Amino acid sequence: MQIIIVGCGNVGTTLTEQLSKEGHNITVVDRDAKKAESVANRFDVMGVVGNGASFTVQNEAGIETADLMIAVTTSDELNLLCCLIARKAGGCNTIARVRNPIYNKEITYIKEELGLSMVINPEYAAACEIARLLKFPSAIKVDSFAKGRVELLKCRIGEGSVLDKKPLTYISSGLRCDVLICTVERGEEVFIPSGNFKLREKDIISIVASSQKANEFFRKIGMVTNRIKNCMIIGGGETTYYLAKQLLPMGIEIKIIEQDKERCNELSELLPQAMVIRGDGTERSLLYEEGMPNAHSFVAWTNLDEENIMLSLFAKNVSKAKTITKVHRISYDEIIDSMDLGSVLYPKHITAEYILQYVRAMQNSIGSNIETLYQLIEDKVEALEFRVQEKSALVGIPLKELQLKENLLIACINRRGVIITPGGQDTIEMGDTVVVVTTNQGFHDLKDILK
Amino acid sequence: MNYSIIRYILCRVLEFQALFLSLPCIASVVYQEKEGWAYAAVLAFCLAVGFVGKLKKPKSTVFYAKEGFVTVSLSWIILSLTGALPLYLSGEFPSYTDALFETISGLTTTGASILPDVEALSQCNLFWRSFTHWIGGMGVLVLILAILPLAGGYNMHLMRAESPGPTVGKLVPRVKYTARNLYKMYVVLTVIQIVLLLVTGMSPFESMTLSFGTAGTGGFGVLNSSIGSYPMVSQAVITVFMILFGINFNVYYLLWTKKPMQALHHEEMRYYLGIIVVAVLLITANIKGGFHSLLDAFHHAAFQVASIITTTGYSTADFNQWPEFSKFVLVLLMFVGACAGSTGGGIKVSRVVIMLKLVKNELSYLIHPKRVRQIHFEQHVVNKEVLRSISVFFITYAMIYGASVLLISLDNLDFTTNFTAVAATLNNIGPGLGQVGPAENFTVYSQPAKYVLMFDMLAGRLELFPILLLFTPATWKRR
Repeated sequence: MQIIIVGCGNVGTTLTEQLSKEGHNITVVDRDAKKAESVANRFDVMGVVGNGASFTVQNEAGIETADLMIAVTTSDELNLLCCLIARKAGGCNTIARVRNPIYNKEITYIKEELGLSMVINPEYAAACEIARLLKFPSAIKVDSFAKGRVELLKCRIGEGSVLDKKPLTYISSGLRCDVLICTVERGEEVFIPSGNFKLREKDIISIVASSQKANEFFRKIGMVTNRIKNCMIIGGGETTYYLAKQLLPMGIEIKIIEQDKERCNELSELLPQAMVIRGDGTERSLLYEEGMPNAHSFVAWTNLDEENIMLSLFAKNVSKAKTITKVHRISYDEIIDSMDLGSVLYPKHITAEYILQYVRAMQNSIGSNIETLYQLIEDKVEALEFRVQEKSALVGIPLKELQLKENLLIACINRRGVIITPGGQDTIEMGDTVVVVTTNQGFHDLKDILK
Repeated sequence: MNYSIIRYILCRVLEFQALFLSLPCIASVVYQEKEGWAYAAVLAFCLAVGFVGKLKKPKSTVFYAKEGFVTVSLSWIILSLTGALPLYLSGEFPSYTDALFETISGLTTTGASILPDVEALSQCNLFWRSFTHWIGGMGVLVLILAILPLAGGYNMHLMRAESPGPTVGKLVPRVKYTARNLYKMYVVLTVIQIVLLLVTGMSPFESMTLSFGTAGTGGFGVLNSSIGSYPMVSQAVITVFMILFGINFNVYYLLWTKKPMQALHHEEMRYYLGIIVVAVLLITANIKGGFHSLLDAFHHAAFQVASIITTTGYSTADFNQWPEFSKFVLVLLMFVGACAGSTGGGIKVSRVVIMLKLVKNELSYLIHPKRVRQIHFEQHVVNKEVLRSISVFFITYAMIYGASVLLISLDNLDFTTNFTAVAATLNNIGPGLGQVGPAENFTVYSQPAKYVLMFDMLAGRLELFPILLLFTPATWKRR
């Protein structure tokens, strides 16, 4: 597809990198010549300098042949104007990032009247992501497939776990669990394991299973699966508001610690059920006073990365809480991942990921058969969901007889809503959706998994 | 410095060299010449080395501008070294140095020969000589980028290092498709020329080799008299196509995508055509006494101007015998060269125009010291980095020029010969004046002088810096 991305900030750059890798033709637009040039040099894309809302600039970027315009500059108004003009000039699909809560209340109206295909609010998206993580307290990362029927969870094997030094076959024979381990991260290395692969302490595994089966698995290996009953949030920004809005109806007690008096008043007005505490969230005595050691979950969501990381490390130390940490800066992610911080969320990645999912779905309607795609491990392992639409060479043949590429795993088959964890005897049929986990990249169709 | 990725790309280059060498092999089969075995042997050698060398995948794919420049210059050196082998092995060249000179001259689209008698060469050697022009014209790595799926963002570094001009504009977002589009236009134009030359009555062999020479703006002929003994119509066709290949290929892309108005307003093309018209008129007026008719004088003036400004180097007449004024106009054109983004060499029209605008600006500063003024080119403001790189290019160019003339002066030839010999090689033209004039050749120089001129040809084709980077010790440090 021909895609124009306006704004070369963190989100714009992440999107450019990923979409260009997925084979789309990208043109980036930025007012800053240096930024546009640096992106154009790093990735194989074209850079145009200018105001993205200008018709001339859009023309230069090739709006008449573009299929999609993504506006992710820092200004909501500019993003909306970009999309409005692109819509009139090229009639393409448009995606705008709009974060101001005032617009957010009227988002459906704006979307419909301006003819936008998608509006993304980064704070809201982040809140949804946190809520999803709190549903599975044992997992560090949760992605869903097959419209939420299958979850792909990542978790760390604790010290002294029953799984230590056990082969994978032990999970089905010893624990009698129907889950599939698709990747194992051990330090820098990543494995797609086979049946006799032996697990070790501190490995990070990702599993594919339905919600109940996943919970059963976690219980059997002795990980906390108790439902979260309370949540402590440090920092009272927009994300906190959206998150509290989602968690309160689930019966979770919310405690928000915020420094600014005005904001505290505002929050207590907006969220009458939540407990809003005015104070410095980094103060040790305050945290103790508010019962941090007994917290079930802890969300460090201030504006400072360093503070968030410190708070989460502290929370990990004094409590058994599930911790979620916000980190803005993306360039040092491997160092942050090496710390035991629980779940780390990069709001910019989340925004990019949401937009990517839309683009993939759009691509879908044009020809490729990918339903969803997740990067399990940055740049190393992908999980893809394919739809089996036409009669292909794979259909109806038992899996063990297929000549599959190496480093590839068929993680699950969804047949009209029934989730099958595939064994050698199972077959792929028409109309199924199939989740494939692989270290190879650039798959477009299910056929690509064959040798 | 990431050596493993450079090794990997160089091996791919060798495989492409094997592909190129298969064409003269076919030619030798057609003409039943025994020189074909030399090509077959070198082909096998390139294929084997390339295949073995690329078996091991590069350890890391880190690739920055530095690696891009080094890869491009090394590729050109490797192509020259292997391309010269069959010429030498065929026994028709006195030494490997001479064969190498001829190949570099071919690949860099210079067209300067060390052979007194071209007609004595076998057909497959003639074909290979001309075909190297065609490869070198648009660039080998551009071709590789168009065909091979080189993943990663680094391909722009390769393209930038090989494409001529102060800035490189992409036609479409992806380098791969940009490269493909460039080659499509290149092939289409070449084929049209071949057909037209066939229509004017040339033999298929001649129309192909001469078209390769024109397309790459090279200048190797297949007769000793270069283009002089062909009918006037054929010469006129070649004149037109030389001018066409000297135009920035972006113009053709604009025409292709049906934006003729934008194509017409291409500033560099307008200056380029303007210079041609003025030069042709001046020379016609100056030389009309020596020809039978005004049309004749115009015809030869036009051919020569087109041949020199596009840095092709074909000749229909011995312009060494022309009046001094005409000769000097031609020498000036040698330096101007063709448009950026074309297959021609020289300093490039865009650089000259921007430089002149800079001079005009400086004068204006003297009159109004507080005036704020930007330099515009192609409807855009030229940014500081481009201006800096152009100024540095001029200085470097002058220094290399001076040093080269100094070195080859050791051969004790006259000044005109030395001065124009460097002009003809550094600008990738071919013939100069005096003892290296269109009716003469470069045999007069000694072996060391030939190496200096070979360096000039490579430096000129790759626009100085990639080659100079090879001689900078910091380039070779591991990170």
